[in-house]
Amino acid sequence: MGFIIPMGVAVFLAFFIANLLGYGGGPASIPLMYDQIVTRYGWLNNTEFSQMLALGNSLPGPIATKIAAYVGYDVYGWPGFLAALAGTIIPSAVALIYLLKILRKYKQSPIVKGMSLLVQPVIAIMMLLLTWNMAADAVGSIGYIHSIIIAGLALLALGKFKIHPAFVIVLAFAYGGFIIPLS
Amino acid sequence: MKNPYSELTVGMLRTGILGFGGGPSVIPLIRHEAVSRYRWLDDDEFGDTLAIANTLPGPIATKMAAYLGYQLKGWPGALVSVAAHILPSCLAMVFLIGFINVLSNSAMIGNMIAAVMPVVAVMLGQMAYEFGEKAVRGLGKVLGITFFVISFILLQTISLHPGIVIMIFLLYGAFHFKLKERLKSKKVNRKEGSA
Repeated sequence: MGFIIPMGVAVFLAFFIANLLGYGGGPASIPLMYDQIVTRYGWLNNTEFSQMLALGNSLPGPIATKIAAYVGYDVYGWPGFLAALAGTIIPSAVALIYLLKILRKYKQSPIVKGMSLLVQPVIAIMMLLLTWNMAADAVGSIGYIHSIIIAGLALLALGKFKIHPAFVIVLAFAYGGFIIPLS
Repeated sequence: MKNPYSELTVGMLRTGILGFGGGPSVIPLIRHEAVSRYRWLDDDEFGDTLAIANTLPGPIATKMAAYLGYQLKGWPGALVSVAAHILPSCLAMVFLIGFINVLSNSAMIGNMIAAVMPVVAVMLGQMAYEFGEKAVRGLGKVLGITFFVISFILLQTISLHPGIVIMIFLLYGAFHFKLKERLKSKKVNRKEGSA
């Protein structure tokens, strides 16, 4: 590059671009973040990137923001942390807020009503495919038996007894920590 | 607890700390807090928000968090909501990198995270069922099932991007009621003609 851009701006831009082109949520933009972080700016090397990704996957929360927070902090301290997160979150969040504001304004029109009716079958199928992928991942990592036991108990707890999902997840942690090692 | 800021903070903290598996698998958790527990919006509004959020680029969970916060308390609400959702895990990223080997090689932690996957699958499945039910209620059985099949083919067989599939349906949806009316009036005309 012929000119030097301030570090904070570079960090903001890198994550802004990766997430703008990353269509389909955080996990879809990982390769684009790799491209900015490793290939373009060389902030991390290949090994460091995969180590960071491994840590990210063992922590909860959205993956895109975890990567942004880590890399931003690594290259430019706390200002970098904020710049990377701002680049990741703000553009798409602001766009969503304004877009929904417009749609809510015309809520009563048959056009908007038709739109919100017609997205329901797509969302249902999208969720169904996500369910399938998640179930396949579960079976791949802990096998059929544990997966079916946990899923059955979760269905009872969430569907029949209406227990808060947070509590069900904590119980699943306990199952994974104490019961799976026994088998 | 009636203070919207503390509701936002607690609700979004919970979804941020317990949501394993990336943004899309956090959606049922966010829906539980937003619709069932705190009633920030109703289920139809949540569905619309999710659909529109999918047509835009960027991480899905933070978009949803920002919108929910904005809906309740404007821009400060959006900021509080996003911060509560992402800060715990972002700070953990910064401080735990020294323990990377312990964390990513621990079989126990691996098992704990894997044990959450079936739970997430059940939650996603429940959401799929509820949206499917709503679609059938709104569109009728024949049209509902037709649109399920079309969505499945576009998403799975052709592997079109979900955002694009949603845009196609939004576009058709904009004309759906007009089309239905036109078909209806044609039928009425035909009946009158034959009588």
